[in-house]
This record gives sequence, C-alpha cells and structure tokens, in this order.
Amino acid sequence: MSNKILSVRGLSRIHGEQCPLCISSTGPEHDTNMCPHCGSVVAAHDVNFDLYRGEILGIIGESGSGKSSTVKMLYFDDMPTAGSATFYDGDAQHDMFALNAAQQRSMRNKRFGMVYQNPHLGLNFQISAGGNIAERLLMSDLRHYEEIRTRAGDLLVRTEVSRARMDQNPRTFSGGMQQRVQIAKALATRPPLLFLDEVTTGLDLSVQAAILDLILEIQHELGTAMIVVTHDLGVIRLLAGRTLVMKHGRVIESGLTDQILEDPQHAYTQRLVASAL
Amino acid sequence: MNAHYELPLEDAGYSFGFLDEYAKKEVRRCILKAISIPGYQTPYASREMPMGRGFGTGGLQLTLSLIGADDTLKVIDQGSDDSVNAVNLRQFVQLTCPGVAVTEKTQEATLIQSRHRIPEKMLTEQQILVLQVPYPDALVVVEPSEARRKVMHGEADYSRLLVKLYEDVVRFDEITLSHRYPTRINGHYVIDPSPIPRWDVPRLHHSPALVLLGAGREKKIYAVPPYTVAAPLVFDDIAFRVEDFRDANGQRIACRCCGSIVSFLDELIDDAGRVTHQCSDSAYCEEQQETISARKQA
Ligand SMILES: Nc1ncnc2c1ncn2[C@@H]1O[C@H](COP(=O)(O)OP(=O)(O)O)[C@@H](O)[C@H]1O
Ligand SMILES: [Mg+2]
Ligand SMILES: [Zn+2]
Repeated sequence: MSNKILSVRGLSRIHGEQCPLCISSTGPEHDTNMCPHCGSVVAAHDVNFDLYRGEILGIIGESGSGKSSTVKMLYFDDMPTAGSATFYDGDAQHDMFALNAAQQRSMRNKRFGMVYQNPHLGLNFQISAGGNIAERLLMSDLRHYEEIRTRAGDLLVRTEVSRARMDQNPRTFSGGMQQRVQIAKALATRPPLLFLDEVTTGLDLSVQAAILDLILEIQHELGTAMIVVTHDLGVIRLLAGRTLVMKHGRVIESGLTDQILEDPQHAYTQRLVASAL
Repeated sequence: MNAHYELPLEDAGYSFGFLDEYAKKEVRRCILKAISIPGYQTPYASREMPMGRGFGTGGLQLTLSLIGADDTLKVIDQGSDDSVNAVNLRQFVQLTCPGVAVTEKTQEATLIQSRHRIPEKMLTEQQILVLQVPYPDALVVVEPSEARRKVMHGEADYSRLLVKLYEDVVRFDEITLSHRYPTRINGHYVIDPSPIPRWDVPRLHHSPALVLLGAGREKKIYAVPPYTVAAPLVFDDIAFRVEDFRDANGQRIACRCCGSIVSFLDELIDDAGRVTHQCSDSAYCEEQQETISARKQA
C-alpha cells in the first residue's frame, strides 16, 4: 500500500461562461485571474499535487489567489470545472468527482474534516458545542448517547476547551475557543484528512500560537494528513513540510517549505519571502 | 341573483363524495404510491374544498376518495366526536355521500378520520385510519429548503433530527417532544406524525389497520401500511417512552369519568379550580362507563 492519501490532477474552477481565451489570457504573467474577453474568473487552474499520510501541505498566496477554491473543491463545497482527485482510503481508492452526491457527502462527513476561518461556516450556533460534535458522530451512525457524550467531551478536553463548556452555546465563546471547537468537531470521526482554511487569521498572536501548537500536536498524535491554507508565511513555516505557492489561480511554485523559504525561485515568491523577513 | 337558490344535490350536481371521479381516482393513485413507499411524502394535487385549509381538507380528500356507500364513518377531533370541527366534517361527508352510515363507536367504523388521536381501541385489518396532518415533513424543523430536505429523505439522513433529540436530553435529561415525534417507517423514511401525541406513536407500529396521513396545505399524502415497522428515532441507550400520567405519589392517574388507568388523558381544570383528568378518546370513555354501569346493574 502506498502512503499516498490524495492525488490531485489538473484541478480547475472557472466562474462564468468561459471562452477559449480564458486560460491563455489570465494568470500571473497577465497579472489577473479575470478573462478580459468574457469576464470569467479563473479561480484555480491546473492544480496538481500529491499528499501523503500524516503530512501537512501548505497552500500560500495573497487574497484571491485561489487557495480556498482549491480546498473547497476537495471538501465538496464546490465542484471543479476540470480535473480529478483521487482519495486513497485504506485499500480503496476513490475518484472523488466521479462519486455521486450521496457518496461525496458520506466521504465528507466521515473521512474528511474542515476548519474554516469563519466559525459560522463550521459551527451551528443554534446548538451547544457538544451538540456540534455530536452531529458529526451521529452522521457517522453512532447512536449511543453516553458514548457520544464521552467522545465529544474527550475531544473538547483534547482541544483545550474543557468538558465543562460542552453544553454551552459556542456563540458565547471567544474567537480562539470557537476555532478549538471547530477543530474538535472536524476531528470527531478521526478523519485521515483535514482541511484548514486560514484558521488563525484574525486572532490575537498568542491565541494563534496556541492553536498552531494544537494543530501540530494533533498531527503528531493522530497522524492526520492536513492541507493548511494561509496567506501567513509564519503559519507555513511552522506547520507545513511542503508548500504550494498560488497566484491568480495558478500554482507558481511548489516544493519543500524550507527550500521555498531559503531559495524561492519565482519572483513573486521572492518578494513574498523578502517582505516577511 | 336568486336568494333562494339551493345546491341541486339530488340532481347529481355534485358527484358522490363531492370530488369528481377524476379527482378521486388521482388521489387513490397517490394513496397506492404512498402505500408502496411507506413513509414517503407523495405529492398530490390538493383540491380546493369548501372550507379553509387547516380544517382537515387533506384528510377529507382522502376520506372522500376512499368512501363508498357501504362504509361506516367515524370522525374525531381532539379525541372527541362532538367537537365543532368533527361535527362539520362528518356533516359534510353525510351531505355529499348519501347512504354512508356514521358512528361514534370505533369498532363499528370502516373508515376513521381523525385529527389528534388514534382511537384507544385497537384497530383491525378491516379499518382504515385517515389522519389530518398540519406538518408533513419531519425535517422542516432542521432544514428550511424543501429541495435539500428531499435529498436528506432520499439518503435517509436524519442525523440533524437526532442532534435535536441530543440537545433535548442534554437540557432536560429526557426527550421532551410531546407531538411531532419523528418516526421512521419501514427502516427508511422518517415521518412527522404531527397530529398525534407521543402516546400514539407505538400504535402506528405493526398496526393491522392501514394508516393514511394527508396534508391539504402541503399537498402530501403518506402512509403507514398494515403491519409495518414504525420506529421512533431514539438513541441506543435511551429508550423511547410515552407520556406517563402519574400523580405526586407516583400513582397512575385514572380518568375521572370511567376510571381507566390505561388511556391517554386530557388535563382539565374543574369548576373548583382543581386539576382533573379525563380520557381524551371520548368514545372509549363512554363505552367504559357503559360497561361499568351494566356490570353494576347485573
Ligand atoms: N462563487 C464565485 N463566483 C465568482 N468568483 C468567485 C467565486 N468564488 C471565488 N471567486 C473568485 O475566485 C478567486 C479565488 O478566490 P479564493 O479561492 O477564495 O481565493 P483565496 O482563498 O486565495 O483568497 C477570487 O478572485 C474570487 O473572487
Ligand atoms: Mg480564502
Ligand atoms: Zn474568457
């Protein structure tokens, strides 16, 4: 069995009508992701990468470069306009975009986890923190109330929320605490693959550091493979072994994070690294 | 305008059962579909009836499509045959279905239209129970979009209903739903048995009588066919319980009229301002009383 967990080929997402010139007239060299001929937005084009078990892959780039678009497609929040992705799950391998909607939902609910920048997207604020985690467990067919309680409590303890807050509504929590609940929820089904989209953006620096630590600890403990999206070089530096750099919907550079930081090839990456120093 | 004009009922101005034959046939076709897919909300072309929707027009259309001259009809509302609504519906059927017999006795009826209760007396294979439902879709409380609800039903994805039950247990230590208890039919579709209390849910399970549910406003018919599994949504370790009527000492409260300790009770405030209890199924209660007085005389 290979250690590969995800293989992404030619993944693309174009918003709008599309014309034959969309691809050739957008991208970093044209300094835009919007087609001047038809107005379509090339949110992502021809994204390729492999992800291995327990690995953290970073995707970095400025706002609008296509990072979230890429992750959204892989989490089935959005459909690609071209490309494929294969998810290797134990001995099985799944052509992700060839699955029907029900199969995709099942994969998303049971085998993937997502943590959004905006906790409103990841959490249901009508119900308790524990209820949010219970939802994931119930979706994966756990029907035992006490076991659900125990597992939800354990997850909240692990993400340093404390069991005592389990029955409180996350609306009353701080931003950092809400992200911890999101992480607990995303981990509920012990998924082998986790997506994190700007999860520390907008939080106090000390809170950011604590959450990044938590993510690293979880990766060590559970061996969860992760795709971490950020515009913050510091996050990539700390978490990601390998990194993709995106600009105007294209991956312009990829490789080991250390190499990208020490010896960036693309002029854009060089500026990015220089400005972060 | 002729102020003295009367509907020419005698002269077949209206067909038997008010609805025209085509409309009745269409409803029957939907009933067959509903029976074939237990618990599935079958859409049908709900007709305008000469009374407001919400007064049981969904149930009435089922009744009118099923009824024949040799049927005996019982109509209950709030457990009682005498409530205004029940009387109105019964009169409408009598008016539009000449020859149909009516009864208050559950065991005499071939067709029972009800709004809030399943009769206490066990129904038989010879009977059909028509329930008028205000809210056909159990998922409406967790998902506002009908398109998405359809997908959830199709995939039997009821986890969000279970989350609601989870929150209930967290807050109140038990499931507090008194009505609209989500109930899974034949292992797939979850229905909202909206008119009946939790008490009646177990009586859907393996019911010898066909149970049809009709929502006029929402234009849906669904069915619990005879001897079909009807399982309330629960957790593995928390059993489903019906209402238990107990006093402060833990004693089962008896009906003040017939003394029954096995029926579903309505809570009433008597003239002295005290809380008393009485069978909600008035026909059952009366029969119990008759049996008791007959026994006394003997
Ligand atoms: N639904 C949509 N319709 C049109 N354009 C979109 C849509 N979603 C994203 N975009 C555009 O796609 C580009 C990439 O967006 P996104 O992937 O969110 O960027 P990032 O996450 O890197 O900031 C942006 O120009 C954005 O405006
Ligand atoms: Mg983004
Ligand atoms: Zn174009």
